[in-house]
Amino acid sequence: MQNTLSAVISIGFHGIAFAMVLYLISVGLSVTMGLMGFVNLAHGVFAMLGGYILTSLMSRLGVPFVMALAIAAGATALASVVVERLLYRRLYGGDELDQVLLTMGLIFMSVAGATYFWGPLPQPMQPPRWLSGQMDFGFRSFPGYRSFLILCGAGLVTVLWLGLERTRFGVQIRASVDNLRMAQSVGINTSRLFTATFALGSGLAGLGGALGADLLAINPSYALENLVYFLIVVAVGGLGSIRGPFVAALLVGVGDTGFKYLLPELGAFFIYALTMAILLWRPRGLFGRA
Amino acid sequence: MRVDQTAVDIFARRHRYRPVEALPWIAAFAAYALFPSYLPLGAQILATILFALSADLVLGYAGIVTLGHAAFFGTGAYTAGILAANGWGEPISGLLAAGVVAALVGLASGCIVLRTTGLTLLMQTLVVATLLYELANKASRFTGGDDGLQGMVVWPIFGLFRFDMFGRTAYVYCLAVLFICWYLARRIVHSPFGRSLTGIRENVRRMHAIGAPVARRQLVIYTVSAGLAGISGALIAQTTAFVGLSFLNLERSGSVLIMLILGGVGRLYGAFIGVPLYMIAQNRFSEIEPVYWYFWIGLLMVIVVVVARGGVLGLVERLRR
Repeated sequence: MQNTLSAVISIGFHGIAFAMVLYLISVGLSVTMGLMGFVNLAHGVFAMLGGYILTSLMSRLGVPFVMALAIAAGATALASVVVERLLYRRLYGGDELDQVLLTMGLIFMSVAGATYFWGPLPQPMQPPRWLSGQMDFGFRSFPGYRSFLILCGAGLVTVLWLGLERTRFGVQIRASVDNLRMAQSVGINTSRLFTATFALGSGLAGLGGALGADLLAINPSYALENLVYFLIVVAVGGLGSIRGPFVAALLVGVGDTGFKYLLPELGAFFIYALTMAILLWRPRGLFGRA
Repeated sequence: MRVDQTAVDIFARRHRYRPVEALPWIAAFAAYALFPSYLPLGAQILATILFALSADLVLGYAGIVTLGHAAFFGTGAYTAGILAANGWGEPISGLLAAGVVAALVGLASGCIVLRTTGLTLLMQTLVVATLLYELANKASRFTGGDDGLQGMVVWPIFGLFRFDMFGRTAYVYCLAVLFICWYLARRIVHSPFGRSLTGIRENVRRMHAIGAPVARRQLVIYTVSAGLAGISGALIAQTTAFVGLSFLNLERSGSVLIMLILGGVGRLYGAFIGVPLYMIAQNRFSEIEPVYWYFWIGLLMVIVVVVARGGVLGLVERLRR
């Protein structure tokens, strides 16, 4: 009994930490999908970039962890604005196939680019000393870095929800997701809104990639390897939603961790089978609008 | 009335064979005579053309954007491979078995996948391919797992033509199979069924409105395309006597899209131009710097999408206008 309970707690804990990383990376993809209808398969590239920036700053230049995190998120957001203005903008409202190809091309370039700059091996991520031990929560102690990940994720989720519900920017996003033309007619500058949202989403992805460098190892084929996870979270959650991907990320994070722990032989199948089943039941995802 | 008459003529003549259409086959024979030392690569190119052709049926004609076409390619390759490794090396029946198994996988997955659209559909095709990849990885007793399937023994074709080390038999074998499948695909595309697929791609709502069974037609072409992809996978498995996990991965699904786009989508001949271009360039480049091949191909895709929509055939069409 004691063992079962401890296994459940352990799965829940690691699963939620994984879910937070998945959510931070995927939420931007969901919003840009809902807002612009743009199939951005290269979203993972921004997460990878964040991860590389963080690990390089920390290991090569000795930048403190929190500062490196901020720089990783900021630099990724900036880089994404350049890509959006130069390339993505041309394909808004265009052919889905063109979007898929453009972003696949970016993924391929990122694989070669990362190999060129950082080499083929995964980048080790050393959590700072103040997070590397165990954290005591009274009834039980948990690994420090993962606990930080969960707290950090929970904080960001709250800020994101409040931002979307309470700020002017959030209202504009919701209006544009619901009805783009009407939003334009009432004077919302949707072009600028797109860029800002895209930068925010990519910055969050960069932050997620950096925070999760310990869970999803930073290596050149990161964007290819993890693409299926990000897409599952977005599609199961429902496009254009902020809450949907959160529930989906929890499902994927906890489910994947649990089944890989309980049935190591068949663990990887479970999450794919579950995804297919959910989409058979609700083709638009859990929180998708009809 | 004159204008209408021309339009009717164009429609009536669409399906007729034009002299230009002989070009790929002439080129294939010329390549056989001119580059005898490159025949193994040539056979790979021919088999991959078939793979791209099958993707064109789904993507170019039915407008279903898929990121998991390697699922069927790999299924076919493993079917033929496992047969040949376990004592049944007869190539033609192996090819047919591969086609049937891949088509069945296509039918089963199509029933689920085609219920959705857009990003969700894309993700589900990717999930199907990933599932099969994991399956092949875990069932290493049958598939050899990470090391790949070894010990394939492929018998001579019709008991007469042995697969030689210069790749002559392989080349002719692939060419013959490609020709038959191309003929089939061409018939499908120009049939009323094929025209209605184009209608579905161009305007789904209108096709629903005129009472076309959209879902069923999509499922049929998805199944046929899966079968052809399976045959192309089996061709490569039989001619190289090897099947590995890379037959099922995302790079495989992605690169076939790229090859198709390079040539031109929805034109039936895009595959015949894009695949040789891609594979010959890959062969050259990877001799110099294998890792950075991906960078150039990625850049090329970005350029194709931004500047040269419609690929090589699209450029030709624009120049002729």
